[in-house]
Amino acid sequence: MTEEGIIGKSVPRKEGRDKVTGVARYIDDMTMPGMLYGATVRSQIPRGIIKKISFDPHFDWAELVTVTAQDIPGKNCIALIGDDQPCLADGKVNHPEEPILLLAHADPHLLRKAVDAVSIEYEPLPAIFTIEDSERRSQIIWGDDNTLKTFLISKGDVDGVWAKAAYIVEGEYTTGAQEQLYIENNGAIAVFDREEGITVWGSLQCPYYVHKALMALCNLPAEKIRVVQAETGGAFGGKEDYPSIIAGHAALLAMKSGQPVKIVYDRLEDMTATTKRHPSRTRHRTAVSKDGKILGGEIDFTIDGGAYATLSSVVLSRGTIHAGGPYYWPNVRIRGKAVATNAPPHGAFRGFGAPQSLFAMERHMDHIAQVVGLSPVEIRRRNFLKPGQTTTTDQTIREEIDLGKLLDRALELSAYTAKIARFAQQNKVGPIKKGMGIAAFLHGAGFTGSGERYLASVVAVEGCADGGVRVLVSSTEFGQGTNTVLCQIAAEALGLPYEDVRIAQPDTNQVPNSGPTVASRTAMVVGSLVRSAALGIKQILIASGLLGSSYSPQEFRAACRAHIAAHGELRSFARYEAPEGVFWDDQKYRGEAYASFAWAIYVAEVAVDLSTYSATVEDFVALQEVGRVLHPVLAKGQIAGGVAQGIGFALYEKVVWQNGRMQNGQMTNYIMPTSADLPPIRVFFEEMGNVHGAYGAKGIGELPMDGPAPAIVNAIEDALGTRFDSVPLMPEDIFEAVSANGDR
Amino acid sequence: MRFDPADYELIAPGTLQAVVALLADEPGKWLPIAGGTDVMVLYTAGKLPARKLVSIWNLAELRSIEVLPNEIKIGAGCTYTELREHYVIAQEFPLLASAARWTGGIANQNRGTLGGNIANASPAADSLPALLAYEAELILVSVRGERRVPYVGFHTGYKKKKLADDELIRAICLRRGFSEYLHYSRKVGARNAQAISKVCVAALGRLRGGVGGGGDAIDDVRIALGSVAPVPLRLTEVERIVSGKSVDPELVKLARRAVAAAIQPIDDIRSTARYRAAVAGNLIAEFLEQLRATGKTA
Amino acid sequence: MSHSSERRGQGGGNNRAKSELSLTINGKPETVRVFPMERLLDVLRQELGLTGTKEGCGEGECGSCSVLMDGKLVNSCLIPALQAAGANLTTIEGVAEGPQLSALQAAFLECGGAQCGICTPGMILSVSHLLNKKPEPTLGDIREVLAGNLCRCTGYMQIFEAVAEAARRKSSV
Repeated sequence: MTEEGIIGKSVPRKEGRDKVTGVARYIDDMTMPGMLYGATVRSQIPRGIIKKISFDPHFDWAELVTVTAQDIPGKNCIALIGDDQPCLADGKVNHPEEPILLLAHADPHLLRKAVDAVSIEYEPLPAIFTIEDSERRSQIIWGDDNTLKTFLISKGDVDGVWAKAAYIVEGEYTTGAQEQLYIENNGAIAVFDREEGITVWGSLQCPYYVHKALMALCNLPAEKIRVVQAETGGAFGGKEDYPSIIAGHAALLAMKSGQPVKIVYDRLEDMTATTKRHPSRTRHRTAVSKDGKILGGEIDFTIDGGAYATLSSVVLSRGTIHAGGPYYWPNVRIRGKAVATNAPPHGAFRGFGAPQSLFAMERHMDHIAQVVGLSPVEIRRRNFLKPGQTTTTDQTIREEIDLGKLLDRALELSAYTAKIARFAQQNKVGPIKKGMGIAAFLHGAGFTGSGERYLASVVAVEGCADGGVRVLVSSTEFGQGTNTVLCQIAAEALGLPYEDVRIAQPDTNQVPNSGPTVASRTAMVVGSLVRSAALGIKQILIASGLLGSSYSPQEFRAACRAHIAAHGELRSFARYEAPEGVFWDDQKYRGEAYASFAWAIYVAEVAVDLSTYSATVEDFVALQEVGRVLHPVLAKGQIAGGVAQGIGFALYEKVVWQNGRMQNGQMTNYIMPTSADLPPIRVFFEEMGNVHGAYGAKGIGELPMDGPAPAIVNAIEDALGTRFDSVPLMPEDIFEAVSANGDR
Repeated sequence: MRFDPADYELIAPGTLQAVVALLADEPGKWLPIAGGTDVMVLYTAGKLPARKLVSIWNLAELRSIEVLPNEIKIGAGCTYTELREHYVIAQEFPLLASAARWTGGIANQNRGTLGGNIANASPAADSLPALLAYEAELILVSVRGERRVPYVGFHTGYKKKKLADDELIRAICLRRGFSEYLHYSRKVGARNAQAISKVCVAALGRLRGGVGGGGDAIDDVRIALGSVAPVPLRLTEVERIVSGKSVDPELVKLARRAVAAAIQPIDDIRSTARYRAAVAGNLIAEFLEQLRATGKTA
Repeated sequence: MSHSSERRGQGGGNNRAKSELSLTINGKPETVRVFPMERLLDVLRQELGLTGTKEGCGEGECGSCSVLMDGKLVNSCLIPALQAAGANLTTIEGVAEGPQLSALQAAFLECGGAQCGICTPGMILSVSHLLNKKPEPTLGDIREVLAGNLCRCTGYMQIFEAVAEAARRKSSV
């Protein structure tokens, strides 16, 4: 490997200065002349027919802009994968908070009164709210049988293993909904011009998703839709598909009124009306040998998709593929299923199905350990995937990963063995019971299977008139470091100082489609393309004779300026090409699911206070193999932030539902951890490289979401000797279990 | 936006006299607003019924903390930060100091007031159990003058208080002399900071012979709980059962039963009745245990 | 009933009108015409164009709207404009010393204390308030003071490091 100057260094965040001075402009910081505010009138019931929409005659409606489904120029849908989600409800509603009509006015205070002055009469229909209700099919609310999607993974001969098993271990594990809780609520501003078409600024992850959705909705060609990403205050998947809805609403109001329209949600609307993590139920039935090896098993992984299909098929895909964890399954049948309920559609949230199925797998491993009479450490050691073995989808592990060694290191870093021994003594006295828990897992980065080929991402790098270089991608920055890392890569590729490289604001008029900013693909996949495109610039300059094969930054700048003076522009494109020998069968759901996996072992130390039944994480070790750490500060920040969200998922963040509507849609009652709640989160990396990622990087954004919940619940079981198979695990749940056992 | 500032009046007469005159002129029409940490949340959510507000923030007459030989008088307009930073409160009234520390975050402690906590009358209010345990007295003021009332019984029902339409809380008086007592307080919320309490305990106790005096019989005990009834509760029946007795497992069991009988917790968005009842029992048991331990000679 | 953007406040009360509010912001005197119940947050953002202070929750939980009022940290979303009359405010716009970042801002940048940036203005003011009161805060002090500023991106770890680093730099000056 060559000496690298910028990769591996914690260079300053590209847009960091603007952020620490309060200069960075988010959607609600932006205004335009003549701008109106927009608001949404939403369904108050979970399912029914709209009988009548009345406008209070004591209110002056003349000045208000109103948009209903009838005003939609194109197709009344949010184009994503299927087209089943209407942009505005037309005649019927299928979930609470479903948008029915839109209003706009210059006065945002008046606007709220207008929303309250619209009354809607419904004929309610019976609604369903749980996976079990949906499976019962007493009400069919979607398709023929409420089933949004299924997948089947089949490997080996599952039916033959039961007879050979020394143990058959069963378990059912559930996870609840989780709100992304970005601190900046969803917002969009739309402008319509008869000549230019629609321009939308948004707090969003995927400008081209919004672009595609607006084309269909507004019935405009591609060149008449422009989508620009504004500074985005957190996203975590919650701004992957949802922005198409809010942008569509703003666009419709802009088209109707002829004026710019801004829609920004307040916290209550954002929490109750937008997407959340899919609730899940996983059932395991596993055949295990006398010495604790998995012979085979069946896994049923079911997620609740809410009222429309939206992204559920893709979440299901990832969850199903990850359901077997980092273990060798010689035989397995994994059934994935997404079902519909009358809740606002669930969507992307960091991890995207994997935190759900991996929670089940890692709880189940501890359960298997108990049945077999082995420790949680030993059961994992005996079942870890080894190089040369195949995953549940028959993907051969080609890299020299040694999970046993990774586990050893995690145990050492967490002082696991010493603490287990100490706690066994300490727990005998007093109300505080402490325990240790492990989670071992993997996370595949990039789109599944043929997904990246289908995306066909394109990236450009261009020379600028001042001799600097600019990266052009649709990949967005929302805190995770896109701007910084992609500029680092380009700078490294060209041998230029980091300061000479900049990155364009994602604007569909200016940047090619490098794919959505999801699936932990940005550094790894898009970064690779940025490197290629940057090298392309170098090649152009060398081929034109303006630059030698080795050069100084000044020489580069001079050559760049000269080329632009002579030719007007200097630009190089790179397009994604699927790597050789990577095969995925979409029908059989078999083959190379991901170009690379990152691997991790997390260890949680948890204390449960039996006077209050509260569990607190006291120490957390997050050890992961990530290919290559491109930027140490950013990488650590991603892991710590993801672990914090995972701790929230496990112990604090509960969505309280009533008839499909979130009841605790405020920060007072939806609880995320504060600085006073989190343990030291100790982050460690190993780097094995990755042939498929820029400078050897693997995607890491979502990885940290998979481990904390099972590690924590495993630790709580260790502390109390009581079994819990659900998250979020609240003190009230611990109390009920402990008192049922007759303790206290 | 769920509120329209144009629909509201807010005036700041600037003196206590002017404020009470206004309240007398139009009783029940003006809602006093001090730091606003409760009122403004309702307002922003579009849930504030009042349309006319009178600011009592920063009224000099409500801001002092007077230290007298037998008692301290805390102005109702004192913020939680001021309570935390006051030497006598921190030293002699730790139940109140810890309640101040638990209420919201620093930004809310800089604005929230003790008087506001009382007037808002939430059963989950953090400082109210401490006031019950210390047997606080309130000074209420109107154009008709001042009157001094015991705090106990001030809250008559959920969000109800024995305050006339034209009255304001002026000061909270706490009698000094608890240095020989064990002060026990614990708040149980959804997280370590910025949490509405699920259960909140403030208790004081003293064994015959005092701290380290080798005694074991309970000489004086006060136990107060928040979030387990429509009002903050003083558990007089539990106190009666344990007074004069030594703390042993039997007594603790009796006390637990009495706690369960005295409280009326509910299921709500934050927690369950069963959980609250169990935790209340556990915390009182913990208090009694700690009280027993104070008797041990050095 | 007309609903022009100037109207507002039907019926009674000369008091349902805007009035002049004078206060000092980042050392500069300002006067605005606002309703007395306008939130201080909106006065800053809409009337004065100081959009560095953010709204995250509207209920005083997230701390994105934190400013210093007469040297004390407060949530500007919970303060009616009338109560800010005559106050001395510091917002994020007043933290940097001209083009020079403060030691705290520089430390945030270096240590990864800002990811998406939306909590950062409030966080920096909160830390500023802490370091003024306690130039050598313990980790416990930092955790306690920052508990009113929610960050969804960082998990707080690198914010703690940034604060410790800023304290170190200030003390070595």
